[in-house]
Amino acid sequence: MSDLASPAAEAKGPSVATIKIATIVVLLAAWQLIAVSGLLYKGLVPPPLAVASALLTELSGAVLYRDLGITLFTSFSGFVIGSLIALLVGIWLGSSTFFRRAFEPYILALAGTPKIIFLPILFLVFGLGVESKIAKSAMSAFFPVVFSTISGYLQIRLILLRVGDSFHLRWLQKVRMIYLPAMLPSLLVGLRLGLAMSIIGVLSAEIAYSDAGLGYRLMRYSDQFQIPSMYATIIVIFALASLVNAGFNHFQRSRLRYLERPSE
Amino acid sequence: MALAPADRGGETTTQIDRAGVLSARRLAASLGFDAATLLGLATVVSLLVLIELLVRTGAISSLIIALPSEAIGAIFHGETLLKLAQATKLTFGMVLAAMVAEVLIAIPAGYLLYRYKAFGKAYEGWLASLFAAPIFLLYPLFMVIFGRNNFTLIFMGMAAGIIPIIVHVRLAFMSVPSTLIKVGRSFHVSERTIFWKIMVPAGAKTIFTGIRLGLIYTLINIIAIEYLVDAGGLGRMVSDSYFRFDITGTYTAIIAVTLVSVVFNIIVNRIEKLVR
Repeated sequence: MSDLASPAAEAKGPSVATIKIATIVVLLAAWQLIAVSGLLYKGLVPPPLAVASALLTELSGAVLYRDLGITLFTSFSGFVIGSLIALLVGIWLGSSTFFRRAFEPYILALAGTPKIIFLPILFLVFGLGVESKIAKSAMSAFFPVVFSTISGYLQIRLILLRVGDSFHLRWLQKVRMIYLPAMLPSLLVGLRLGLAMSIIGVLSAEIAYSDAGLGYRLMRYSDQFQIPSMYATIIVIFALASLVNAGFNHFQRSRLRYLERPSE
Repeated sequence: MALAPADRGGETTTQIDRAGVLSARRLAASLGFDAATLLGLATVVSLLVLIELLVRTGAISSLIIALPSEAIGAIFHGETLLKLAQATKLTFGMVLAAMVAEVLIAIPAGYLLYRYKAFGKAYEGWLASLFAAPIFLLYPLFMVIFGRNNFTLIFMGMAAGIIPIIVHVRLAFMSVPSTLIKVGRSFHVSERTIFWKIMVPAGAKTIFTGIRLGLIYTLINIIAIEYLVDAGGLGRMVSDSYFRFDITGTYTAIIAVTLVSVVFNIIVNRIEKLVR
């Protein structure tokens, strides 16, 4: 254990790009070795090329895009509904210490519970169609957004709230002109997490019961033991999650840069 | 998520808020309760009574929503309590096994990523993506590799929980002030002592935050997979009743699992406060 204060200098070792490329190469080689070694049941770990071929087949077929569209539609619809409700509830609880103390413990208690156990209630109330998946997405988005809204509201400077009062702004005007801009940094963090949770929520509901969507597709391939196609679907899902996350990150950074720009 | 109290008093409270506060405070004071707590409790009880009435009058079918009195009452039946105790023991046993593996792997991994800066930089983006990725979706893959057993559940719990711990351990060591390490050096203590006596205590809060997140991720993932594959403990309690179309049993199981989860979160929060 040497020189703890100054971690190994970059100049002495390989560059970040080299490490990334080397890691990918090593992982692919290990994958190939496991696939051809016969250590696992035949077909369980198909070679990377077989998965790449299955991925190409998936990407060139129209059905994948139909399932992708359904998952995205349900995720975003639920996200919008859940976030709007969370925004209203968050502003209400943020603006009142009394109501916050009354209801926040219950919201906190539900937030820490695995939401998947509520799926039977959603299926019973909304049916097995797309509505229950939208409800699941809304439920998943609600909790991160409501907490970030409350937290954001509590960070608004008192003088801004007083300015709104002194101009006799209506509630909606206050939300648009004062609350939302002032809460944005905190709110964006919650929205980003809420969107990720919405997608995961919809996928879990599709796996539990569905006849369309990426979660359904994954389970169908798993049940039919079409392993290369199953791997390909997992890659598509992880790529989708990464793309949405990166897209929201970009949006978050651009909005925060816009807010932080020096005023003229 | 504990929110910082910021009482802005009457300056931002609405008219409705004030009216509610006054009436609720008077009632609460006479009963010896905190007004806000009383309002919260009263709202929950009123909702349950409303649902009870709607189901009893047939406005809502009992095939959709179970009678709250029956669903809640069933929790206290000996059979349900026994099932709940067994399921809790099984699920938390798997969570514990996964957590031991996570800590044993993630702390050295996080330290190595701090120690070898280029590797830390190379993997930080990938780790952040994995943090937000639906890792539990890999379960069909590991089900066919390891089989439908508790080991798969433990492995999947570990796969989800290990990421936040690695990220936070690296972050903890990165945020240790270099002055503290220089003070250690000025006393000519060994690097090992600096690590155990300075770096670990200085980064303990951040490391614990990672372990807490890992614990929550592990529990959520294990219960999710238990529900989806109808195996294991708490998650299975819910799916088992639902798949048998036992509506009251399903609601009872959901309420019971929620209560266990709430108690678990309260304990974790208390421990976190103690550490802080």
